[in-house]
Amino acid sequence: MLSREFTLSEAEGKHLAGRQPKETMNVNLNVKRYDPDERSPRYQTYTIDVPEAATVLDALIEVRETKDETLALRCSCRSSICGSCAMRINGRARLACKTKAIDMAPAGEPITVEPAGNMPVLKDLIVDFEVFWDKIKAIKPWLQTEGPPPEREYIVPNEAMLNLNTTVACIMCGACVSDCLSLEADPNFLGPAALAKAYRYVGDPRDAHKEERLRELCGAGGIWDCTHCFNCVEVCPKEVAPMDWIIELRREAEVAGNINYNGVRHSKVFAESVKESAWLDEGRLALDSFGDIGGKLAMVPVGLRAIMKGKMPKTGPFHYKRPGAEHVHRLFEELEHKDLKGIKLDTLDAE
Amino acid sequence: MQYAFYPGCVSKGGAPELYQSTMAVAGKLGLELPELFEASCNGAGVLSERNPELADTLNARTLGMAEELGLPLMNICSTCHGVLSQSNARLKKDPAYLARVNEHLKPEGVQYKGTTEVKHMLWVLVEDLGLDKIKQLVVKPLGNLSAAPFYGCYIVRPTWVLGYDEKPQRQHYLEDLIGALGAHSVEYQGFNKCCGFPVLTMNRENALKMTGTHVYDAQTRGADCMVTPCPLCHLNLDGQQTDAAGVVNQQLNLPVLHLPQLVGLAFGIPAKELGLNKNIVGTRRLVEKALG
Repeated sequence: MLSREFTLSEAEGKHLAGRQPKETMNVNLNVKRYDPDERSPRYQTYTIDVPEAATVLDALIEVRETKDETLALRCSCRSSICGSCAMRINGRARLACKTKAIDMAPAGEPITVEPAGNMPVLKDLIVDFEVFWDKIKAIKPWLQTEGPPPEREYIVPNEAMLNLNTTVACIMCGACVSDCLSLEADPNFLGPAALAKAYRYVGDPRDAHKEERLRELCGAGGIWDCTHCFNCVEVCPKEVAPMDWIIELRREAEVAGNINYNGVRHSKVFAESVKESAWLDEGRLALDSFGDIGGKLAMVPVGLRAIMKGKMPKTGPFHYKRPGAEHVHRLFEELEHKDLKGIKLDTLDAE
Repeated sequence: MQYAFYPGCVSKGGAPELYQSTMAVAGKLGLELPELFEASCNGAGVLSERNPELADTLNARTLGMAEELGLPLMNICSTCHGVLSQSNARLKKDPAYLARVNEHLKPEGVQYKGTTEVKHMLWVLVEDLGLDKIKQLVVKPLGNLSAAPFYGCYIVRPTWVLGYDEKPQRQHYLEDLIGALGAHSVEYQGFNKCCGFPVLTMNRENALKMTGTHVYDAQTRGADCMVTPCPLCHLNLDGQQTDAAGVVNQQLNLPVLHLPQLVGLAFGIPAKELGLNKNIVGTRRLVEKALG
């Protein structure tokens, strides 16, 4: 149904055709098809000619227009603004309208096109975004102010909004959710899009529920379940870098006093170990990261298996100081309590 | 060929077989590895999350030590490699930031000018020594083995920090190396995914689910072993495999080798010298098959 809605009008087609360069290229698309009336998905190949400047979305639309009108996909703006056409192209999430076919297949290789991951497929390249929106809703994506509203507008310092500008740039395309590896293992994880959106409100000086938000985000499926795999940073078409904001939330949560979590314990024990000896006491980290006896006990067989193999952990009294540890200690003393306001872990943009 | 050697915490702690096998293989390759004994832990992403400037200062200190020797730095851990590469990129990108970091280092007399190149042993083997040289040193081609590559997140992402734009071939170095050793490289879904280790203490079930899924996937696709350039991944894939089997409800029994252990086998280095007796999942049958 959707596929028909986005068919180019004749006028649009002529207009675009007039602007297309003369050179065409042969594109081989290997598209994952799924029909809910059939049992299992299958791959279907299409070979078409498109202009050299064509995007993967152009190629898919060409297929639908000229080869197979049953191919279902979502798209709208074709300008990387609406976020409708996120899908997996050659194994990773991308906006089809922002991805040139020639970049995916410089030597004419087949281009594999699959629906976005971590969301149920409705048909072909169309996924059900309900799970995505449920997670966004869960972080209460609206300003919660308190007290009487100002007579005119809220006044906030410019610098307070700079970080928020990055998170506001999210177009809700679902690319980060598609390729999130934590979400792949645990559907209960809030995921990168919702957590980046959560920072947008935690970091907003107008919001009066920062502490409550942070406390909720520390719970199961929250900020401590991110694995740091960088996939969301890698695939985001708008350089929102959700993982950076998850890290910000972790730091703000700890500062706000949310410390009774294994994630916080892990981070603190790690830092203490390096501060004291210049290197990591793995045994101490493995045990002291757990706040409950059950967690600690679960690690005991792991340690015993290592000992049985002749690997004696250099922990506790066996954990020696590295040469130069006094310099490392001094740097911790100098920097560990430095005001971090405004210092963000920059995973570096792609420029 | 010389490199300032940064062994990382795990090869000096929980995975001594990695250090051992690295030394054995380096001997065969003629690699000279002056070790940075005074270098600190790079923070494994945890310190930079707590305090980026502190982590970058510690890493500038390490990079400055390699710079002082006039050598590129060699890692044997994907995580160390990624974290040092990220710090290096931040420091090189912003001269004012580098100057501030150098102020912190002044009392020790260490400075970093921003010239050190960070390389993982995998890259050294493929880019600097070359697969032809590796092939020449193979005395026991591993034709009987199917090995499943497992990279570790920090050596594959973010791609722009790790030079993949200039060298996209880095995406398949592990497969290329496995092939150069005569073994068959197994294709499976999890090769560049997360092993779960970073959330082991926060969400153990999830961590073990990731581990179990990848091991099971590799195993069912006919792998005789996995091979990884990351000892943190190894801690999960090998050390936690028994518990991961329970979480994914599958029988798992797949040896997981450190990168230099697989290379060393093909170079004819005795298994014990490579520390293969220290791997948690038994490697005896694997070694017999490899040499048989």
